[in-house]
Amino acid sequence: MRAAAPPGYGPGGILGGLALLAIALIALFAEAIAPGDPLNMVARPLTPPFTDPRFLFGTDQLGRDVLAGLVHGARVSLTVGAAAAAAAIGVGVLIGTLAGFSIRLVDDALMRVTEAFQTVPTFLLALALVSVLGASAVNVVIAIGISSWPPTARLVRAEVLRLRGAEYVDAARLAGRAPLAIAFLEVLPGALQPVVALVGITVGEAILVESALAFLGLSDPNLVSWGGMVANGRALLRTAPYLVVVPGIAIAIAVLAVSLAGDGLAKRLGIVGRR
Amino acid sequence: MTQTGPTTPEPLPDAPPSGAARFARFLIGRIAQAIPVLALVAVGVFVLLELAEGDAVDAYLAGIGAGDAAFSAELRERYGLGDSLGARFLTYATRLAQFDLGYSVAFSRDVGAVILERLPNTLLMMVSAILLSASMGVILGGLAALRRGGPVDAGITLGALILNATPGFWLGLLGIILFAVKLRWLPIGGLSTLDAEYGPISATLDVARHLVLPVFTLALTYLALYVRLMRGAMIDTGEALWVRAARARGVPERSVVLRHIGRPALLPVVTMIGLQSGTLLGGSVVIETVFSIPGLGSLAFEAVTQRDLPLLAGILLAGTLLVVTVNIVVDLLYGLLDPRVRLGAWETA
Repeated sequence: MRAAAPPGYGPGGILGGLALLAIALIALFAEAIAPGDPLNMVARPLTPPFTDPRFLFGTDQLGRDVLAGLVHGARVSLTVGAAAAAAAIGVGVLIGTLAGFSIRLVDDALMRVTEAFQTVPTFLLALALVSVLGASAVNVVIAIGISSWPPTARLVRAEVLRLRGAEYVDAARLAGRAPLAIAFLEVLPGALQPVVALVGITVGEAILVESALAFLGLSDPNLVSWGGMVANGRALLRTAPYLVVVPGIAIAIAVLAVSLAGDGLAKRLGIVGRR
Repeated sequence: MTQTGPTTPEPLPDAPPSGAARFARFLIGRIAQAIPVLALVAVGVFVLLELAEGDAVDAYLAGIGAGDAAFSAELRERYGLGDSLGARFLTYATRLAQFDLGYSVAFSRDVGAVILERLPNTLLMMVSAILLSASMGVILGGLAALRRGGPVDAGITLGALILNATPGFWLGLLGIILFAVKLRWLPIGGLSTLDAEYGPISATLDVARHLVLPVFTLALTYLALYVRLMRGAMIDTGEALWVRAARARGVPERSVVLRHIGRPALLPVVTMIGLQSGTLLGGSVVIETVFSIPGLGSLAFEAVTQRDLPLLAGILLAGTLLVVTVNIVVDLLYGLLDPRVRLGAWETA
């Protein structure tokens, strides 16, 4: 079923994709753009932004370059966000597939577990997990992954159940294909397609949760993160509001870019995304 | 639903149950449905506590800053911490069944008491934020749907998209910078002015003033969802046959929009309120911390920084119970809004 002219990414999708690419490149070449440890003091503390061309966004109370923090923070936000979303989607696909293909009893049990995970406030769960496991980048990824898989699981399960009864699957069964081959080669690829529509949202959410955890001080203390920069600037809200404003804009732009790019991708593949 | 043509009334098998009886049966059914979920969450919280390095005795000894091996062994013996996994779970489950959430090391009080003390503030903030968020979403989403494709629609959709990408804590801090630091219109945080002596009315107004920024922050963070939902639902119901029929009957356009398109479009919004309550409660952790509001959310943060695991576990359980309750209330509201549910689910549930 391929239309003559496939639907495009849409202007938002292209813009988001380009922005995401730019942020990814900045993250990749962070060392070249802002050499050295971004946690080092490099200039007079509290240099205001746009006054010194060497420190475009100024410096914080310890003389750390805000721009260098942003550049290196992009690394943390993107990698943690992407890895956490990958974990969430991975667990979701696994549980959803299992539930969709299993006998009624297993399906019911898995859906109850999914419901339980969905009922616990997501951020509270992530917070509790990080505090129990310890604040490191890997544990943040695990915590976000564990707390945000249910939507994917529900979607995949529904799709598996729908496709199991589809005509082309009946046809494959009649053609004598093995049940496992039907499951993995006929049903699953189709059931996974709509998951693409969730990727942008899930990565965006993961970046937001990571930044909130970092804001509360629950992130790797040896890595610069945008949320941590906002928390650091909070102490100087009256005298140096730019320390809060600038990294927050970075978070918003990154999340916006990711969700726009995800929407564009879903549009391009002809998947109607969430309304 | 308007019926066309004559209908043959079916004989009723029994006298239909009264409204109150149906309501009670629906409520009981809904509560029964929630019990396995709550039980699973309780098990999950137990697993989480088991995952933690160190136990309550370690935390207690670190808290009082002293203790030797013999003392800690004695404590472990007394609180059953040396028992097997199964025995520990049994103790945990029995205590939970008696609503005993354990002892908070950080507050030197029962976890349940600390939580109950903080709950009203969070409830006040949460309910205000939900109502504000949903009603703004309904109005803006409805407006966008009516002006579909135009600049108003584009503006609202773009605004929602940007808000959706904005971290709540940052939005709150921006609000503080603008309205509390620069303009000095609103207080910077807390829930009431500490050293003021107020009468009942001015005290209420004082709390309301303190709540403006946090409630708006929380509401704006989750606004996008309601806008998108309402816009989509309005567009869908706008194409329904009953809308065409209403217009053909000559129903005034205002009434068509409000009653025939708007009202059914509210249903998914109401459903979302229930689904969103957990996310909102999670968001209140950060917002309450930013605005120093003594609620459940800031309590969770305090529990984390003080490594008070029983308290953290209690908050997780209480939060889940709160979400379940909100969802049941929302389901009941749903019946008020949708006659089909009132007649159908309330009877069969």
